[in-house]
Amino acid sequence: MTVVAESIILPERRGTAGRLSDFFWRHPHVLLAVLLGPPLLWLGVVYLGSLFALLLQSFFSIDDFSGLINYEFTLATYRQLLSEANLDIIIRTISMAAAVTLVSALIAFPIAYYAARYARGKWKVLFYLGVMLPLWSSYLVKIYAWKLILAKEGILTWFFERLNLLWLLDAWLSLPVVGGNSLSVSYTGTFIVFVYVWMPFMILPIQAALERVPSNLIEASSDLGGTPAQTFRYVLFPLALPGIVAGSIFTFSLTLGDYIIPQIIGSSRLFIGQAVYAQQGTAGNIPLAAAFTVVPIVIMGLYLWMAKRMGAFDAL
Amino acid sequence: MRSEKSNRAPLGLKVAAAAGLAFMHVPILLIFLYAFTTEEKSYQFPPPDLTTQWFAVAWDRPDVWAALTLSVKVASIATAVALVLGTLCAAAVSQTRFFGRETISLLVILPIALPGIITGIALRSAFSMADIPFSFWTIVLGHATFCIVVVYNNAVARFRRISGSLIEASMDLGADGFQTFRYVILPNIGTALLAGGMLAFALSFDEVIVTTFTAGQQSTLPIWMLEELIRPRQRPVTNVVAMIVVVVTFLPILGAYYLTRDGDQIAGAGK
Repeated sequence: MTVVAESIILPERRGTAGRLSDFFWRHPHVLLAVLLGPPLLWLGVVYLGSLFALLLQSFFSIDDFSGLINYEFTLATYRQLLSEANLDIIIRTISMAAAVTLVSALIAFPIAYYAARYARGKWKVLFYLGVMLPLWSSYLVKIYAWKLILAKEGILTWFFERLNLLWLLDAWLSLPVVGGNSLSVSYTGTFIVFVYVWMPFMILPIQAALERVPSNLIEASSDLGGTPAQTFRYVLFPLALPGIVAGSIFTFSLTLGDYIIPQIIGSSRLFIGQAVYAQQGTAGNIPLAAAFTVVPIVIMGLYLWMAKRMGAFDAL
Repeated sequence: MRSEKSNRAPLGLKVAAAAGLAFMHVPILLIFLYAFTTEEKSYQFPPPDLTTQWFAVAWDRPDVWAALTLSVKVASIATAVALVLGTLCAAAVSQTRFFGRETISLLVILPIALPGIITGIALRSAFSMADIPFSFWTIVLGHATFCIVVVYNNAVARFRRISGSLIEASMDLGADGFQTFRYVILPNIGTALLAGGMLAFALSFDEVIVTTFTAGQQSTLPIWMLEELIRPRQRPVTNVVAMIVVVVTFLPILGAYYLTRDGDQIAGAGK
């Protein structure tokens, strides 16, 4: 008996590595701590710590005369945040983010639907790379490309001229809110670039959601007499919605915080990102800058909570 | 008959999908055209003539080289840090069960889910509070923070596909934990890590928003580009650099795709 038992239960391992391995096997919690420790230290302490310190600063205020930070708990900075000029910035940014999200979904849906349902084999790979390459290519280069396109002497003006539609472009630019001196200094320009830069993030989540829709569901709908429009409205769209919401997390959040696109292509009126940048940089008002960053954090928190309830995370 | 009909896309859908893809690609292709234009002062279209002289001019610019070298260095170190931390995190989340597991995924995603400006300003105010001077290492720290998620996502997806019985079998055959990692786990997750590392490199190489907050006087290639975008001084050189950046970021993306496309046929999958 004892001989059998001895040969089943291996002897203890020799050497440091062997003993360490045995130790980890007996104490899985220690192994877990070793695995999780470094990333938790980095993200939990360095990153969350900085984030928390920033949020804390929003409860301080700045002394109007000396320009120094007054380290006393106050809500004065938040009162300042809700002043008319700052509310304007917040509303402008949120409307822009909502518009960008909506139009991105409209452009992304056909691409995602075609890739999910009709593209096969080689075409599927081409579609995937066709989405991934623009998505990952340089952010600044993409903005630069649009600076070339939207410039007064650029390709878009040339194109409208060729079609003898220059009057249409001029008429659009003379409109009150969306217009401006040229496309590159108007909201229209800002909007186009936002859509261009963030729209690719919408395609893959929608595609993932659509790929899970069995094709016989669509056939069943048309067998039961549903027109293509009805099939889309009552079968396809509800099933794709979690994917759309998942994609909109990116388009919405990224538009909310961006300060480079409106700075390079846009009018002089500020967005939240630009306001944060200006407050912490030239103005030196870190408390107000911190209070401004609370806005996208709160909005995204609500947004993520809603998205989670709609099951959008399963589509990511 | 019916199946044949349903396998053909309606014309409207084809046109919409093709137009969408064209919208995504034409602006990038234009960058390639502008790199060869002879026009120096404006963004005139169509270009009056084509030339390759700007490539030589860009090649001789020391500031471009300095920015490029710094970007490559930062991206390499940030990727290395992200590889270690991301893999550790992925291993812990996928191989063990513990309280707060869901929170870890959220924590990892947070630096990229929150707008870059928030990450940037939070790190900047933390550095100034702790009296850390801005340097090469502050840039790396910022980049590694948001690169972890890319490695983590790739590694977690692959860990999920590795069958637990493979690891048990290795242990049963007498391998210790380190041997199992070296000979069983690493070969299985290797390509996923390489792909994650390439994407992390591309992400760091291109990052500008966090960098503007965590860099002191140094300028990475994106910072150099941003300055040219705000105050254009040398348009032809910027055109050439933009084209090179496009080509350089395409390579890791294609590489990452080819490394992960066969991920489904991994040993022990589907068990």
